[in-house]
Amino acid sequence: MALSTKHLLGIKDLTQEDIQLILSTASQFKEVLQRPVKKVPTLRDVTIVNLFYENSTRTRISFELAEKRLSADVVNFTVSNSSAAKGETLLDTVNNILSMKVDMVVMRHSASGAPHYLAKHIDAAIINAGDGINEHPTQALLDAFSMQEKLGQLAGLKVAIIGDIMHSRVALSNIYLLKKMGAEVMVSGPPTLIPTYLQEAMDIKVEYNIDKALAWCDVANVLRIQLERQNQPLFSSLREYNMAYGITKQRLDKLSKDIVIMHPGPINRGVEIDSDVADSAHSIILDQVENGVAVRMSCLYLLTGRTNPS
Amino acid sequence: MCKIQRVSLSTLKIEKKGVILLKFNGMTLISEQQLPSIIKRLAHQILETYPGLTNAVIIGLQPRGIFLSDRIVAALHQELPADQVVYGKLDITFYRDDIRRELHLATQTDLPFSIEGKTVILIDDVLFTGRTIRAALDALLAFGRPSKVSLCVLVDRKPSRELPIQPDFTGKEMIDASPYKVKVRWKENDGVDDVILLVD
Repeated sequence: MALSTKHLLGIKDLTQEDIQLILSTASQFKEVLQRPVKKVPTLRDVTIVNLFYENSTRTRISFELAEKRLSADVVNFTVSNSSAAKGETLLDTVNNILSMKVDMVVMRHSASGAPHYLAKHIDAAIINAGDGINEHPTQALLDAFSMQEKLGQLAGLKVAIIGDIMHSRVALSNIYLLKKMGAEVMVSGPPTLIPTYLQEAMDIKVEYNIDKALAWCDVANVLRIQLERQNQPLFSSLREYNMAYGITKQRLDKLSKDIVIMHPGPINRGVEIDSDVADSAHSIILDQVENGVAVRMSCLYLLTGRTNPS
Repeated sequence: MCKIQRVSLSTLKIEKKGVILLKFNGMTLISEQQLPSIIKRLAHQILETYPGLTNAVIIGLQPRGIFLSDRIVAALHQELPADQVVYGKLDITFYRDDIRRELHLATQTDLPFSIEGKTVILIDDVLFTGRTIRAALDALLAFGRPSKVSLCVLVDRKPSRELPIQPDFTGKEMIDASPYKVKVRWKENDGVDDVILLVD
């Protein structure tokens, strides 16, 4: 049994079996990460380049740790100190790097579809670490892993994705994944931040009233307001957003049950989520970060297993 | 020793090879009647070498070695109080040297005790090239520094070894290089307890 794809470009391309395989392998890697020696020699003859054309803290560190714990050789590339700043095209940059015998590319890019374009032109396996507003597959996988770990199984789970749905690759990857695994999905937030076609296209629920969304769900995945991607005013102020859509303790106290709180980070405290919620016992935000390394180890391992040395 | 081990296939003509192979396909190496005695003997040999299992732990190798280690541990429980038998399971998938050739799926590792300074008795079903045990030794060292590691296997395919690794406790030894796959079948997994030869 192996993955059905050569690259990990998006959850859209994965089958339910692929997702299960990644999650079950990730749980074995999570056990590895509890050992006195956390490093395994699995990818010792594999060279991986991390191409980050867009800022990242968590994802880049998480990938780099995953690669190093698997004993891969790691090369880091950030656009600010590279030849891309001198006008080199994406394909030229990558081909130059690959000619130095690199086996796998982990790429983040602000343009949606950049890794898909690359996949058509190069042989090395590509992992999408976030492309524009399209997908962020490893985030959705680690979210699913964390939900499964906390609540047992994904099928039948009610998950509300709350906030800036429009500009979120995390939202789209999560929707694809949760639908494939049989969970129920609702998106909630201001109408200006939810694409109008989404309900129909993805067969999900849309709820503009945040309190109703919270009352419905088992898990609230709260997304960051992505001010850097908003080139027009979509709500009046951050303070007003917090009052109308922020996840506050008062809102959660009104519910008849406990719900699990998630956030892919980075958190804007006091905007989409209040500090006392983010730091509460119901929040699994730091578990998500911890699980990210195991899930990425799983993706790297399973994709390497698909490539032959010849 | 069973018959098939004396058939030296390299000396046969190519066209005859297939016929011979098919003739012995499915042949029993260890029968259902023999298996319990072998397991009991292995348990006794372990106890003879490590009386009372003092400072010793048993570790079965996932996925198929644990069927044998479960049986040996059950046999040890007949001889010792349960709390003297320290038993864990180790998956070695991430320590293999053949990821580019074949993808193996990992199974659960369960070692809820320290192996630091202990004698570790590794248990696996078939010792073939020795590469699995090489990986197991690497995997083991991630958990600490045992004072000694010994190895117990049900079937030792000695002539096929590719690394200098030998068992300390052996159920049955094959003396010729065999073109067959040695399949160990367990009731709880395969519906029957025996070891047979299969055309690979």
